[in-house]
Amino acid sequence: MSWSSLIPATSFMPIQATEIAKEVDLLYAFLIISSLVSFVILIGGMTWFLIKFKRTSLDQKSAYITHNNFAEFLWSFIPLVIMMGIFYWGMVIFEKLRTPPEDIAAEIHVTAEQWAWTYRYANGKEFYSSANDPMIVPAGKATKLILTSKDVIHSFYVPAFRTKQDAVPGKLTQLWFEPKQAGEYIVFCTEYCGTKHSGMMIKIKAIPSEEYAAWYHAEKKGADSPADLGKTLFAQKACASCHSIDGARIVGPTMKGLFGSSRKFADGSQAKADENYLRESILVSSAKIVEGYPPAMPVFQGQLSDEDVANLIEYIKSIK
Amino acid sequence: MSSAHTKTEHGHADHNYLNHGSGIWSWMTTLDHKRIGLMYFATVATLFLIGGFFALGIRLHLAKFGAEPLLDPDTYNKFMTFHGAIMVFMVIIPGIPAFLGNFVLPIQLGAKDVAFPRLNLASYYIFIAGALIAASSMIFNQVDTGWTFYTPYSTAKTSNGVILLVLGAFTMGFSSILTGLNFIVTTHKLRAPGMTMDRIPLMIWALYSTSIIQILATPILAITLLLIGAEKTLGVGIFDPDLGGDPVLFQHFFWFYSHPAVYIMILPAMGVISELITAFSKKTIFGYRAIAYSSVAIAAVSFLVWGHHMFVSGQSTLAGIVFSIITMFVGVPTAIKLFNWISTMYRGTVTFEAPMLFALGFMFLFTIGGLTGVFLASTGMDVHFHDTYFVVAHFHYVMVGGTLMALMGGIYYWFPKMFGRMTSDLGGRISWVLIFTGFNVTFFPQFVLGAMGMPRRYFDYLPEYTNLNQISTVGSWLIGLGFLVGLITIIHGIFKGEKASDNPWGAKTLEWQTSSPPPHENFTTTPTVTAGPYDFR
Ligand code: HEM
Ligand SMILES: [Cu+2]
Repeated sequence: MSWSSLIPATSFMPIQATEIAKEVDLLYAFLIISSLVSFVILIGGMTWFLIKFKRTSLDQKSAYITHNNFAEFLWSFIPLVIMMGIFYWGMVIFEKLRTPPEDIAAEIHVTAEQWAWTYRYANGKEFYSSANDPMIVPAGKATKLILTSKDVIHSFYVPAFRTKQDAVPGKLTQLWFEPKQAGEYIVFCTEYCGTKHSGMMIKIKAIPSEEYAAWYHAEKKGADSPADLGKTLFAQKACASCHSIDGARIVGPTMKGLFGSSRKFADGSQAKADENYLRESILVSSAKIVEGYPPAMPVFQGQLSDEDVANLIEYIKSIK
Repeated sequence: MSSAHTKTEHGHADHNYLNHGSGIWSWMTTLDHKRIGLMYFATVATLFLIGGFFALGIRLHLAKFGAEPLLDPDTYNKFMTFHGAIMVFMVIIPGIPAFLGNFVLPIQLGAKDVAFPRLNLASYYIFIAGALIAASSMIFNQVDTGWTFYTPYSTAKTSNGVILLVLGAFTMGFSSILTGLNFIVTTHKLRAPGMTMDRIPLMIWALYSTSIIQILATPILAITLLLIGAEKTLGVGIFDPDLGGDPVLFQHFFWFYSHPAVYIMILPAMGVISELITAFSKKTIFGYRAIAYSSVAIAAVSFLVWGHHMFVSGQSTLAGIVFSIITMFVGVPTAIKLFNWISTMYRGTVTFEAPMLFALGFMFLFTIGGLTGVFLASTGMDVHFHDTYFVVAHFHYVMVGGTLMALMGGIYYWFPKMFGRMTSDLGGRISWVLIFTGFNVTFFPQFVLGAMGMPRRYFDYLPEYTNLNQISTVGSWLIGLGFLVGLITIIHGIFKGEKASDNPWGAKTLEWQTSSPPPHENFTTTPTVTAGPYDFR
């Protein structure tokens, strides 16, 4: 219970299934109130002037006022301050929405296509979405999704979590959430994607985390885990001839501890090795050359499918 | 100088631009900016009816009256695309500048015509050509991408009609650029003696800022649209990831034009509102400089905020934050204008003829549209609202509630000057009541739908969204009825309206100092300007 629940408008928002949803709604309530106040000042003031200064006779004269510096300063400065406040408040929430916590209980690769979602768990469990096969996640724990698309841009939107992220072909984007309680939550596609755009709905089903663990380890639907498949590929594509997995320096950088480390590049720039970085480095290694290494790696663009790349990334992540 | 001021000798008053040369050919080859303005009027009004037809179709479908859906998904998506593309590229963008702007800009400056009359006529035909090319995509190979043409959907997954639509928009872009160029040169070179830059009417400041955006931003759109065509026909691989391209790059290009474009739509409207509010308050505009410079400020900042359409596109968090803060800066000049208009009414003597009602309607709707813009500019909030009906409601409040209200107000205001006749004030007021009420009934519920989570561009939706959608549909019929009454009022005014005096509203700007309708060259003797544009002393 907070003061924001006094604002009837917030009651139109979907249920608050995460902590962040509550924070978003608090900002929403503030925005509604401050908008109402601004509206009353502006339109109320205007209406008052209209009534008070309505022309009553033909020879009436208007006042001659051209400007007023003090008033003009005030009504530029005050809105500026308020808007900076709103900007800051929104930014704080945005960063929380965008930064997954360190400890993630479930990581799911989600691939969108016209007009369905496929989700693949770290151990290889894989589902082709339908209303009967909701995306199972643990309640009370953080889940991270790694999104991409096979064809056009789609967007993964969970109103109850107040979060959304585009799934872009040729890119990996991410989204995280922590449902407070067990329950079913609807997912919409919000980037227009053709005929059945509005039919592209699935559900997220949050279950208690012990149940989740049991479900997760129960008989698998898919074959090997993505990391295992990645390991095989790593061998097949001869990655190991240049990259060690034990920290040794050969032709290229070692894979050990690579994921999440910060990389320095030949052109002086820096980046964190996240999924997108790995993806780019595998497909077009010349895009960013790590400082001190030759640009020797072949281009794998066109030779590895999106799924291959995802598997390789999972394998690299597992080399701690 | 209050009411008597006509310099026209009366022997000349019955010779005016409307009867200067007769027959359809004299119109089609005219170099007179006033006639060209009216030709745009007829064209834009026709396109508006077509766009409106699609809008009513969309709303009727979404009301889900009856057991069967009215449209199938593909038809629905095409309706949605045609509605958006027609309204944006062919109605709201050209509406005020090309129609009202062409008509009043030279007269307000005390000029005989625009700087390049032939170019002006050419711009009109280029616009017609673009509209026809775009319209041909409605007949062959219909498009279903939405007016934003996002790749790779538009390049890889849908019909080749996109090429036609995009080529049409590309062609219309030239018309837009050339008109902007013409206005800028006219404003600099053809002002009447004594009309310094701080004596030009605010309508002109608004058109001037708009022209700057048109010249600088439209080429970006043109290139982007050409690239879509190239991608689709030649497979160049700039936007399609299968060819090594980047789909998000398209969004950057697209919004780099289309965000400033929303100001191409609203700045001229703000110009009209500035004229209407002083004229019907009979009072000097408050803060002339603040309004003039805030137009230029909006034009400048509008180039730096495109990324606020892409907070969840996969662009970096930092980029999102930077775009958010810059977007907030646009809110300030917008707020300044609202405060100035309201202060203009303070201690004025206000009357409420139809044009003023539309101006007041603009204030009401635009304020709601602007305030909800702040919700969307706030990153943490926009993640929830992006691509939902909240955004649909927001941009209809600003674009339709703002621009179209101003356009209607402007038509009723300058009508006596255009045709030498008055429209029925009662007709204007009835159409206003219907449009204003209908508008709120249609679009306010969409804010709530957005908050509830209903995404935009949906053919079908969850049962809990039904009631609000039905209310919205009923509202759309009220709007339709309102425009019908408006159309009848205008047509009646053209043929049967009371004869108008030269300055029926007692306004101060130069167009009211010549006869109604003006002679072919606007003034019989070149006016000399000795004071600011709104000197209601
Ligand atoms: C001045 C008049 C305005 C016009 C004509 C206008 C028009 C529009 C349009 C057409 C869109 C939707 C584009 C689309 O996706 O189809 C939009 C979205 C947006 N507007 Fe405005 N707007 C105006 C004022 C404002 C103001 C004052 C702000 C902020 C202070 C603002 C912030 C936004 C934001 C952040 C979005 C993106 C929302 C999203 O897609 O999630 N707008 N606007
Ligand atoms: Cu989709």
